[in-house]
Parts: sequence; C-alpha cells; structure tokens
Amino acid sequence: MSQVATMHPGTEPAESPLTPESSGKLGMWIFLAGDAMGFGTLLCGYGAVRYGSADWPNPYQHLGINLTAFMTFLLICSSVTMVKGLEGVKNGKRGTAQIYLLLTVIGGVGFLGLQAFEWTKLINEGLKVFGNPWGASLFGSTFFIITGFHGMHVTGGVIYLSVMLALVSKSTTALGTGWTYNVVEISGLYWHFVDLVWIMVFTFIYLL
Amino acid sequence: MAEGHASPNYWLIWLYLFILTATEIAVIFTPIVRLLVVIALVSLALAKVTLVAAYFMHLRFEVRTLSLIALTPLFLGAVLIFILIPDHSAVPHKTADSVKVAPAAGHR
Repeated sequence: MSQVATMHPGTEPAESPLTPESSGKLGMWIFLAGDAMGFGTLLCGYGAVRYGSADWPNPYQHLGINLTAFMTFLLICSSVTMVKGLEGVKNGKRGTAQIYLLLTVIGGVGFLGLQAFEWTKLINEGLKVFGNPWGASLFGSTFFIITGFHGMHVTGGVIYLSVMLALVSKSTTALGTGWTYNVVEISGLYWHFVDLVWIMVFTFIYLL
Repeated sequence: MAEGHASPNYWLIWLYLFILTATEIAVIFTPIVRLLVVIALVSLALAKVTLVAAYFMHLRFEVRTLSLIALTPLFLGAVLIFILIPDHSAVPHKTADSVKVAPAAGHR
C-alpha cells in the first residue's frame, strides 16, 4: 500500500491515481481533459456557425480528402509506434524503444509537412481566413483556426517526444517499469491525445 | 497501474482503426440520407476515439478515476451543444455571409 493510501484510509489502496508514482499521469490526464474542452468548444463553435450559414461549402469537395485520409493514417501509425516504443522501455530493450520513438517523431514531422503542403495548396486555390471562392467566409476561418490549433499540438508533441527519445538514449540506468517508463508513458498519453483529436477534426472539418 | 497488465495486440487495434477510417471515406460517397451520413460518421469517429483511449492510452487497464476525468470534456461538450440549440431555434433564417475571393491565377 502506498504512503498516501496509508495516510488517507479512504483512498483506494495502491490502485489510486493519487499515489506519488502516478501523480504525473494524473496531472497529464487533467491537462488533457482541459485541452479537450478547448478543442470541444472550437468544434461546437464550428457547428454553430456552420448551422447558421446558408452557403457553407461542401468540405470534402474542396479540402482534399485523399491527402487528409493519409495524414490520419500516418497519425494512427505513429500512435502504434508510440505504444511499441513504450513496450520497448517496459521490456528494457533500449534499441527497440529508440527505433519506435524515432519512427513516432518522424510520423509527427511527416504529418506537419503534409499539413504545410495542404495549407499552401488551399491558400493558392483561394481559401483565406476572411473569405474563399466557394461560399461562407467563416469556412476558411474555422478551418485554419482548428487545424492550426491541432498542428501546434503536433509540433509540441514532436518536441516533447524528441526529448523523450534523448532521455531513453542517454539514460544511464536500466530501462523497465521505473521512472523512465513513467515519463515516456505520460508523453505517450499526450501523443495519443493528439491522434484522438485529429480523428474528431478529420470527421467534423473534412468529412461532414 | 497500467504497466501491470498484459499488452494488447496493438497491430490489431491499428487494423480496426484503419478499417474504420476506410469505412468513413466510403460513407461520404454512399448515396444515403444526409442524417444517416452524419450519424454514421459521428458513430465511427466515437468508435475510433474509444479504441485509442481504451488501448493506446491504456484507459481500459487504469483505475476508473482516470476514465471519469477523460469523460468530463465529453459530457461538458454535450452540455454545450444543448446550450446552443435554443440559439439555433431563435434564428428564423440562415445567413449568407459569404465573401467571395477570386481564385488565384493558374489554379482551379
């Protein structure tokens, strides 16, 4: 039984997320819940302005579904490489963990590169923050704000995971289920959240 | 704690996510009623989100407290949608606020 659980008999023994070894994970989950509310509010706002508009363009006719479907596939793949990297840390296999974490970072960089390409293409076709050739002006505003907000999260995730890769590479202690596993798992939560949000963005902004 | 469980088959989860994504693409090109398209796409997205949260984020193997924290924004998002419904009902017409921008030369 943990020290915290011992001090507070009402707390679930050992399984409580309030134990010192899992406080970082609890903190990340609380952060992600707050962040999810930010994305949720943006998507609800998107729904409201779209519903109130008489000439909202049909998204999948203008936003290039093939490319974004591939971007979705890339993020899903990077989520798998993330959990495989964490598995490598858990099993003490430094090389495996390094390769999978590197693949995850590459997946994130690839996503950002494709997003930059997509934005450039759409801007050249006339999609601007304050207007577009196809219909309601807010179509461009909501598109750039929501995908841009997500892109900033991906950028943060790439930096975060690069730090984790360096940590796993330079750690002088053996890997396993200790501190290193804990911090890599917490970084993984952030990365999977970025994937999870993209699933919603892809559905609401591109497909619906 | 999450590290105490046997690892799920992550490649199988990847396959499910891939199939669900392909189904989403197929749905938008299926000639069915718009309402059914919306219901199908939202359901598929929620299924994908559930898979990512349950297996990649290990919520299925964590204590319930973390799941409750994760569900909080979903609940508040639903509340926000209901709060916005009266506003939609109060507006008798949709607004055509479009600002047309000429396509750049050489494109489209």
